[in-house]
Amino acid sequence: MITYRPYLNKEFAMSLSTSDVEKVARLARLAMTPTEIEVARSQLSGIFGLIAEMQAVDTGGVTPMSHSQDLAQRLRADVVSESNQREAFQAIAPQVEGGLYLVPQVIE
Amino acid sequence: MIESSLSQMGAALRAKKISSVELTQLYLDRIAQQNPQLNAYITVRPEASIAQARAADARIAAGTAEALTGIPFGQKDIFCAKDWLTTCGSKMLHNFVSPYDAHVISQFNNAGAVNLGKTNMDEFAMGSSNETSHYGIVKNPWDKARVPGGSSGGTASAIAARLCAAATGTDTGGSIRQPASLCGISGLKPTYGVVSRYGMIAFASSLDQAGPMGRNAEDLALMLNTMAGFDERDSTSLQRNKEDYAREINKQVGADKPLHGLRIGIPKEFFAEGLDIDVEHAVQAAIAEYQKLGATLVNISLPNTRLSIPVYYVLAPAEASSNLSRFDGVRYGYRAPEYSDLTDMYQKSRAQGFGAEVKRRIMIGTYVLSHGYYDAYYLQAQKIRRLIAQDFVEAYKHCDVIMGPTSPSTAFKLGEKGDDPVQMYLSDIYTIAVNLAGLPGMSIPCGFGANNMPVGLQIIGNYFDEARMLNVAHQYQLATDWHSRAPQGI
Repeated sequence: MITYRPYLNKEFAMSLSTSDVEKVARLARLAMTPTEIEVARSQLSGIFGLIAEMQAVDTGGVTPMSHSQDLAQRLRADVVSESNQREAFQAIAPQVEGGLYLVPQVIE
Repeated sequence: MIESSLSQMGAALRAKKISSVELTQLYLDRIAQQNPQLNAYITVRPEASIAQARAADARIAAGTAEALTGIPFGQKDIFCAKDWLTTCGSKMLHNFVSPYDAHVISQFNNAGAVNLGKTNMDEFAMGSSNETSHYGIVKNPWDKARVPGGSSGGTASAIAARLCAAATGTDTGGSIRQPASLCGISGLKPTYGVVSRYGMIAFASSLDQAGPMGRNAEDLALMLNTMAGFDERDSTSLQRNKEDYAREINKQVGADKPLHGLRIGIPKEFFAEGLDIDVEHAVQAAIAEYQKLGATLVNISLPNTRLSIPVYYVLAPAEASSNLSRFDGVRYGYRAPEYSDLTDMYQKSRAQGFGAEVKRRIMIGTYVLSHGYYDAYYLQAQKIRRLIAQDFVEAYKHCDVIMGPTSPSTAFKLGEKGDDPVQMYLSDIYTIAVNLAGLPGMSIPCGFGANNMPVGLQIIGNYFDEARMLNVAHQYQLATDWHSRAPQGI
């Protein structure tokens, strides 16, 4: 069993505020009650305590790695490759009408 | 028949000693009997499986059968399969009947394999215990009070209980290897880019990789032959020549020293504080067995291993928060029953459709990508990712494969780590670096620890070295019988 010893780095061993968590929930489009925000605040602070360990690492001159093989993005010809499957796709949508996806009115 | 290897099953089918319909029905009966206790499958459709088995029997009769034709497989519920409910373990996709096949599913279908059902998993593959599935926890067949591991826990449980011949998994931070270890089976995560991600529901795209899970290395090789290959529909699929992953499996340098000359790297960081003593004993015994088979040991260091957890828990949630933004209650999946406007519909659909762990990771990802934090978190994590990958490049100058434990402990009790995400994350310590580096890794059974629970040996290979790893695993499985042990009462 690994016991976690928090890495103490005053700059980053942060605890999130309630408003931080509310902002994140809003950005992520997640409805949360005040109780859920508090639980999330405590758990996320623990996780960011774990993450804080990497802040002390000297990465000067290191190129960020986004892909293990460092390949260039493959391009393809700009041609239609899919057939029309609108009926199949709309059959699994929550609400459709006349071939359109229905959502609450956005513009008055 | 259920203890036969895939090649034995294929041979029996082609010799018409058993039909695919009979074999499929055998497994369907076992699932009907045992799945209520194990919960390894989310969806079974006996009529669809039997229809595929009939088609396979016709193909066998016509003499056009391939290696996997007629063999029944489980498919992790992360793979879209046409006309199959595909939930990814989430309420968000509780009603998502896929209109198309993932590349992996197409490959199995083209080979004439039978889809037995969709296996349970942690929600959106986020978890190490299979306790986050909306469709209920999965039990470990070795002890039903313990977890099967995750996220491919349904697959691992189904294989250990012989509820399929073999099955698929996916591995973002250890989700093939860790459940394989905890359930006493074999599993292989290929080099990133070897198996197409098309139709595999995305978690962390730069880390996600599908792979085979089964009872032994020979079975994994046959499955990987079917699963691997270039697919233009996945922009990260690698354009490489088709390989036969079984080509080296029977290679023996000498009759008594089949692995003579093999250099095994032993990373000191994998045997440090945090490793349970029973796991360490079993892994050390396996390494001693490898020395008997002719291998030599090389002490190596992967100094940045410890950093792989913080790096992973920045990068994976960041990519997940982006990937999971597609679930908006508009085009497919769950929509909240009541809402006041469009934003409220998004917020409620996502709040009600996602479980706690998924929401936690979306929030971590959203935070680290938000304005003002990008450099400190995401960019820093990507830089350390390169340092972690370079550790392996350095190590492979001195060894051919790396070995160590797959997981620091055997299967823990259900609920034991459920409310402590940090403790759960730490159980991935030995597997995550392999995903960050994009290397192939596997886990094979190597003994039993406390409470008679299975222990897994992790074998990490260099890029594209799957054939060698399968040879290394197979030679061990010829000399030992851990892989053929079965839980009692199955």
